[in-house]
Amino acid sequence: MFKLEKTDLSLLVIVAVLTMFAPFILNPFPADSAMAQFNAGYPDLMQRFVIFGVFAIGFNILFGLTGYLSFGHAAFLGVGSYAAVWMFKLLSMNVVPAIILSVIVAGLFSLVIGFVSLRRSGIYFSILTLAFAQMMFALAYSVLTPITGGETGLQLALDDPRILGVSQTAGGNIPVPSIFGLEMRSSAELALGAWSFTFNVGYYFCALIMLVSFYVAIRIFRSPFGMMLRAVKSNQQRMNYTGLNSKPYTLAAFVISGMYAGLAGGLMASMDPLAGAERMQWTASGEVVLMTILGGVGTLIGPVLGAGFIKYFENIFSKINSTILHEWFAFLPDGLEDLLVNVLYPFIGKGWHLTLGILFMLVVIYLPGGLVEGGQRVNGWFRNRGAKKSTTKTTPAE
Amino acid sequence: MDAIILQILNGLDKGSAYALIALGLTLIFGTLGVVNFAHGALFMIGAFCAVTLSRILTLSHTIIDDTQKDFLGNPLKVEVPYVHDIFGVATGDAIIDWAVPLSLLFAIPIMIAVGVIMERGLIKHFYKRPHADQILVTFGLAIVLQEVIKYFYGANPIPTPAPDAFKGSFDFGAALGFDPNLIIYPYWRIIYFGFAAVIIGGVFAFLQFTTFGMVVRAGMADRETVGLLGINIDRRFTIMFGVAAAVAGLAGVMYTPINSPNYHMGMDFLVLSFVVVVVGGMGSLPGAVLAGFLLGILESFASMREVIDIIPGINQVIIYLVAIVILLTRPRGLMGRKGVMED
Repeated sequence: MFKLEKTDLSLLVIVAVLTMFAPFILNPFPADSAMAQFNAGYPDLMQRFVIFGVFAIGFNILFGLTGYLSFGHAAFLGVGSYAAVWMFKLLSMNVVPAIILSVIVAGLFSLVIGFVSLRRSGIYFSILTLAFAQMMFALAYSVLTPITGGETGLQLALDDPRILGVSQTAGGNIPVPSIFGLEMRSSAELALGAWSFTFNVGYYFCALIMLVSFYVAIRIFRSPFGMMLRAVKSNQQRMNYTGLNSKPYTLAAFVISGMYAGLAGGLMASMDPLAGAERMQWTASGEVVLMTILGGVGTLIGPVLGAGFIKYFENIFSKINSTILHEWFAFLPDGLEDLLVNVLYPFIGKGWHLTLGILFMLVVIYLPGGLVEGGQRVNGWFRNRGAKKSTTKTTPAE
Repeated sequence: MDAIILQILNGLDKGSAYALIALGLTLIFGTLGVVNFAHGALFMIGAFCAVTLSRILTLSHTIIDDTQKDFLGNPLKVEVPYVHDIFGVATGDAIIDWAVPLSLLFAIPIMIAVGVIMERGLIKHFYKRPHADQILVTFGLAIVLQEVIKYFYGANPIPTPAPDAFKGSFDFGAALGFDPNLIIYPYWRIIYFGFAAVIIGGVFAFLQFTTFGMVVRAGMADRETVGLLGINIDRRFTIMFGVAAAVAGLAGVMYTPINSPNYHMGMDFLVLSFVVVVVGGMGSLPGAVLAGFLLGILESFASMREVIDIIPGINQVIIYLVAIVILLTRPRGLMGRKGVMED
């Protein structure tokens, strides 16, 4: 089905099931319990999961397959956001043209930047992309203020000349993004006993797009084109000696991943119609690098896992505060409780970035394949143990 | 003419900071072949050494002063720094006033220790791994260091003033025969430039005129052969890492009066100093210094009103623009050596 191999198809199905049932899976705690604040099944966060999933999938096509480490990918995301918001301002509040434009604009930008940056490789490539991204960030922040809104960011206003659609609703409000009349922010609530689940139009829209882009990524990974990109990563010199020019392949990969980033930016603007320059800063590019590495670079599912992992724990960790820690360790003797809370306190709440940094270093040092490799190791370990047990069992019979 | 001199002067202090950080980066890259994304964090740690020392010096205890009354008529409570008790009031005040220069002494051992621990504890394991892995792990380390500093010192910039003696400005215009008040330049920036020149000269002299430096230079050219000659080159490179960390840290200490340190100052400088290293040529120490000053001066020229009127926004992007042009036309940078990181 879908021209996929069996394992890839099952992977796609698993991801599809997980995203479709995410509102249930992420809301394991009853709505009025003390743990309810750790529910992650609210629309805003779920949207971020899948949008950053798209971003990381795209980044992985470049970094995972060709090994070119770009430190400026957030620039394309920012450009995509600006394009989408301008489409909302000028054309209509329908998200489809906005997203199409954001992908195209990001693609054009990545074509130009990729064409120049890909003339060098290795660390020079990283620094070139970084320089371009910082340049775009600086310009968006200062001189291009008429286009980008500068420090305040680009927002919708009541007097936008919307060609297809109205400048303001009957109530005098700014209209909200929608897809053919269905508003992105509208959601349905389902209460099952003590649990309540939210199904949000915007989330399902993003999730569908994420699934499509995941499918496209699988096809790229399994195609001859993907094979070429892997060849670039493993030995570019040998590839050149066989008479192949690697440049068109790497450029195509760069543009594709730039378009993925633009898509993510467009989706971000569709969920919340504003765009700011801080999305383009190089630390934002660093974040997608973290996601991809943490999940498992060069694997299919890794970037999605990494994006979900980082965004989930960012949410959970920043909600834990010292009171909650005290509650958790209340069963311990007082002195020990205080000690534990004091030790853990720097790593939670606002200290989430510290935890993330440490985690990231540990992953790079000990687990270069990220969470995926970790899973495989654990799996292999269990299998080995199982295999040993079975051999010990079978030896007497022989 | 006066405007041009002013811009050159303005460029010098920023250029000094760039040159010092880029010098350290190049030392690490040239000796160990490691791309250190945590170098900006070392700059920041240096700056916070100054903050820490000035906090230690102003540690105080409360005493009740019977000679003074507050508005209710009660004896006034006065905060007295411990240094007053130890050295007397006048000397104590002078010590507090000179906290930033004193921090140089305080920072050198700390920065060398940080550098050596970093190299032995982490970087050592990454020599054989690809550059991308080195970038990633040092990037992670930079985040960790930055967050640790943020945890202890908060997110706001901490003003750390220069000694009172250097607070004013020097009237360059009058000295050079222009009208007075045309070219005025803060004393501290002159000192920063002089300090940078001393440090850079010191590092070069150390490498050029000592036996240790000669061995290090030999190791930079051909590490294996030097190792085969029975010299423990790894230990010397570790020490050089410490020296590079100290250079970055001292640049940070001296920079605190110019710009109040905050936890992300390292990241802000890191990107620029990488650009400087690339423009100067990977692995070339004179190149790094030259490019640092050149880019600093170019940046301040680009922020002249006359220039901005012609090309708006040029002051924001000039450094990156120069880097892109250099990387594409002169891949080895201004003074890059042949065979260093060419791919």
